[in-house]
Amino acid sequence: MAVDKFPIEAGHIMLFARSIGDANPIYYDESYAKTTEPGAVVAPPTFVQASAQFDPDYFLRPKIGQEWFGSAKGPTGITEKKGGGGGGAGGGLHAEQHYVYHKPLKAGDTLTATVKPGNSWEKEGRRGGKLMFSESVTEYRDLSGDLVVTATSVGVRTERPATS
Amino acid sequence: MSLNKNDLNVGDVYSEEVCNNLSRTQIVQYAGSSGDYNPLHSDEIFTTQIAGYPSVFAHGMLSMGMTGRMLTNYVGDGRLTAFGVRFTSQVFPGATLTATATIEAIREENGEHFIDLSVSTKDSEGVEVIKGQASARVDA
Repeated sequence: MAVDKFPIEAGHIMLFARSIGDANPIYYDESYAKTTEPGAVVAPPTFVQASAQFDPDYFLRPKIGQEWFGSAKGPTGITEKKGGGGGGAGGGLHAEQHYVYHKPLKAGDTLTATVKPGNSWEKEGRRGGKLMFSESVTEYRDLSGDLVVTATSVGVRTERPATS
Repeated sequence: MSLNKNDLNVGDVYSEEVCNNLSRTQIVQYAGSSGDYNPLHSDEIFTTQIAGYPSVFAHGMLSMGMTGRMLTNYVGDGRLTAFGVRFTSQVFPGATLTATATIEAIREENGEHFIDLSVSTKDSEGVEVIKGQASARVDA
């Protein structure tokens, strides 16, 4: 996801570490973190995924004042598409994720993210019909322009819900 | 607590239970921290009645995040140079997951030392939910 400004905040790292069940004090305690090799609160390896919070158009976050495809009074809040897949419900799933780490990501850093489309390809699935894969490459850079993390994501769309 | 190559051998295995009886609430926590509010992960009504899945299920990135915890506990903070996975099976509430890293290679590059790991996370039935690889810098 393309983001102009992704501030790496200590409180956000704490919430993220809790959500993945990681009690490592380097994510919670600045004075402990100073005694470690990185010397600061750092982000967990998959943290850059949370740049979605700073993408104003991120499609999997309800937008203020707009319909949301999750349930409300009815099973989906999208009125005109009733029962029709609810805004891509049977659609995109995450197939692969790859990270290359160029330097440690520390609380207090600010990143930008730029996205380049990658390959796309099709495959016949065992249970879900035709599978359509597409790749995108996100480069996260700090304010000096140095590459911090390269993230390659592969999404898959299925013709019908794929359960394993 | 970083690793030293002199203590490591190809085939060494490190393993950790990374979640026990995964709760819907933890999945909601991950939605909140990551910003991925896809109803497939928290909204049982939408997920079963509209999307046609048997239940809400965890974000693949939650399983990857929990697997990453095993890796950083093993190789030390700030030591990973690469981490990549395929999501091979969905993870539903109630899952208990164990993440395992196996040393596949120990190598030197420009005077620095690295290990290459294969990574696998399985549920209590032995179904693999994450299959991947990682690399980390180690001491000499």
